Amino acid sequence: MKQKAYIYRSFERFWHWMQALSIFFLAATGFEIHGSFTFFGYQNAVKYHNVAAYTFIILIVFAIFWHFTTGEWKQYLPTTKHLKAQINFYLIGIFQNAPHPTKKTVLSKLNPLQKLTYLGLKILVIPTMVISGLLYMFYRYPQKGTIEGLNIGTIEVIALFHTAAAFLLMAFVIVHLYLITTGATITSNLKAMITGYEELEAHEAPENEDLKNEKNEVEV
Amino acid sequence: MKKIVIPLVLIGLVILSAISFLTSKNTEVTKLAVLKEQFDKKNVQHVDHTQFAELKKKFTSPQQVTEACIVCHNGRAQEIMQSNHWNWERAEYVKGRGIVYLGKRNAINNFCIGTEGNEMSCAKCHVGYGMSNSKTFNYNDESNIDCLVCHDNSETYAKAQEKGGAPDPNIDLTNIAQHVGKPKRTNCGVCHFFGGGGNNVKHGDLEKSMFEPAKSVDVHMGTDGMNLQCVDCHKTENHMISGKMYSLSSMNRNRALCEDCHTESPHDDAILNKHTLKVACQTCHIPIYAKVNATKIAWDWSTAGKLKDGKPYEEDDAEGNHTFLSIKGNFTWGKNLKPDYVWFNGTAGHYLLGDKVADTTKPLVLNPLYGSYNDVDSKIIPVKIHRAKQPFDPVNKILIQPKLYAEKVGEGALWKDFNWETASEVGMKDVNLPFSGKISFIKTEMYWPVNHMVSSKENTVKCNECHTRENSRLAGLNDFYMPARDFSPVIETAGKAVLLFSFLLVLAHGGFRIFSSRKMKKKG
Ligand code: HEM
Repeated sequence: MKQKAYIYRSFERFWHWMQALSIFFLAATGFEIHGSFTFFGYQNAVKYHNVAAYTFIILIVFAIFWHFTTGEWKQYLPTTKHLKAQINFYLIGIFQNAPHPTKKTVLSKLNPLQKLTYLGLKILVIPTMVISGLLYMFYRYPQKGTIEGLNIGTIEVIALFHTAAAFLLMAFVIVHLYLITTGATITSNLKAMITGYEELEAHEAPENEDLKNEKNEVEV
Repeated sequence: MKKIVIPLVLIGLVILSAISFLTSKNTEVTKLAVLKEQFDKKNVQHVDHTQFAELKKKFTSPQQVTEACIVCHNGRAQEIMQSNHWNWERAEYVKGRGIVYLGKRNAINNFCIGTEGNEMSCAKCHVGYGMSNSKTFNYNDESNIDCLVCHDNSETYAKAQEKGGAPDPNIDLTNIAQHVGKPKRTNCGVCHFFGGGGNNVKHGDLEKSMFEPAKSVDVHMGTDGMNLQCVDCHKTENHMISGKMYSLSSMNRNRALCEDCHTESPHDDAILNKHTLKVACQTCHIPIYAKVNATKIAWDWSTAGKLKDGKPYEEDDAEGNHTFLSIKGNFTWGKNLKPDYVWFNGTAGHYLLGDKVADTTKPLVLNPLYGSYNDVDSKIIPVKIHRAKQPFDPVNKILIQPKLYAEKVGEGALWKDFNWETASEVGMKDVNLPFSGKISFIKTEMYWPVNHMVSSKENTVKCNECHTRENSRLAGLNDFYMPARDFSPVIETAGKAVLLFSFLLVLAHGGFRIFSSRKMKKKG
């Protein structure tokens, strides 16, 4: 039996879509700065990239706060349990209409592969982007013998880290967009991230008071 | 409620940060307004020189005028006699040489090569009278100072051709002496616009259109704009004029800089202001030079001396620029030129008379401008590069100073006798250097910083004229990383490969899913 479950709370959805928007915009402006194409005009691209970067950082700060206060960060703890089964599912099972090897529940909404990938994003790729991006913004050429906070001789290394991470993030986006379609139905993942609800197996329905309350609030 | 508040706060913050970024602070306009106000004060004459009895007499020689000037302006002659306008040299520290007295008397250029032996002609642009020989000229005789060439405000003063700096005999000295004042563009321009023996030969950014330029030619001096005079920027104290050209100077001192008025952070945009640490103002604000008349960009001396029917001749291009002169050889001219760009820390080297040239395989740079990305004093500046083929003694390995000008045929001057051998022999003897009798022509280059013909704000160099993969204006400066122009080939290739791989993977996986689900439907 299936039952509608509230798995993405409003903040999480808001955060997700804002993040998606920011990343697309940062990528578009960033790769123009990189010289890959011309669209906004160079000066605009730089200006917009900076504004979007601040937006992105504010968002990240709120998201970190949210992850820790709600305990949602535990969703990303890596596990090897069912990892092989999950890989096998994407390689074989999915073509035979086999069921997902891991059950999506409110308390464990990510499969082991997702856990690993998102963790990698959160602790490697995004920090690399943000840190190299901030260095890119705030570096200063060495000044004439005077003491300065952040004297870096060349932006080359900073820029290379930033670019490499940008490529990785884009690769993630491509695969991520595709994997949206691999839920219970083609659109169930997408719907879930828009509405917050997804049909899950009934016996693992939420027993979380907090969530229940929120749900009631929505229905009022 | 709670869950509406947080997103609202977030959206608010985002909007705020966007607004604070996108609204410009508009300090630029205020700063410019202050400067304009400051320079708008018309220069009033404090005294009327026509009233002075001292100047009411009939002057028969220019020296008498100078003596009359000195009666009131005492001490000023001493200031002039300290200046390089008078001495044609100044003490400079040159890297690798130490302190040298550097100037027109010992440096060699790749235009008319050098003044030595040719003073009768060259000294037309000396602030003195009677310099027929720079070695024997009496530098202590103050009556030979030419006050008028700089201070004539009647615009009627003129120096004679080939008379060692003496004025044209037809001018009215008395009238001129009564109409003197602060130097105007015309005073500076009569020499500095015609360096190298013709309009705009040398600089490219200083030429006769700058007497009365339109604002579109030079945003500062435009007569339809602020109408600034040379000395407004080349601030002068006790006849020591700020600013100089690196054809004859070596040290990072006494420069006239844009920053003197505009500061190092004149823009509203912080990212543009950050550029000023490494990029000189001129680099972006002088997108092109030689906007009105062409400037000489190459000079081939090796064809000089060629005659037609035993007579010297000339060839001109469609605009009337000489492309060949029997006395000087072949020229190439350029108009509306994009500058070249170099790193420059304010110091330069120089080829001086008698220097041995070790390597003749690459062009010899007569005034190398020093600087690099890693040097904290260096900025990228725009330059005009003047290329030449000029006479060289392949045995002694030194550049030749030929005798170019003489009053009469038979004194060995190239411009009269059209014979390189005798011109070189006499010329080298004049400067006490050996001459082997052999002449070849080697390639040389000179770097002329471009500082004038500043364009209006709207016409500055755009970001992507430098920040671009192809045809970047800075394509020649490769000692630093510049966004958009530069990238790591490894990261670029690997990055694109990863993207392509991801895309193909997704495509293949998706395709296979569609395929297998159709198959299963058929079965089921
Ligand atoms: C908080 C995050 C980020 C910050 C602070 C940031 C900041 C910057 C800055 C300051 C620059 C240099 C622009 C300039 O020259 O002024 C830059 C360039 C760039 N950014 Fe970002 N950025 C961030 C996120 C991203 C993201 C998410 C992407 C793409 C997915 C991205 C892609 C790029 C690229 C490709 C470049 C050009 C690098 C180069 O060629 O040197 N950035 N970024």
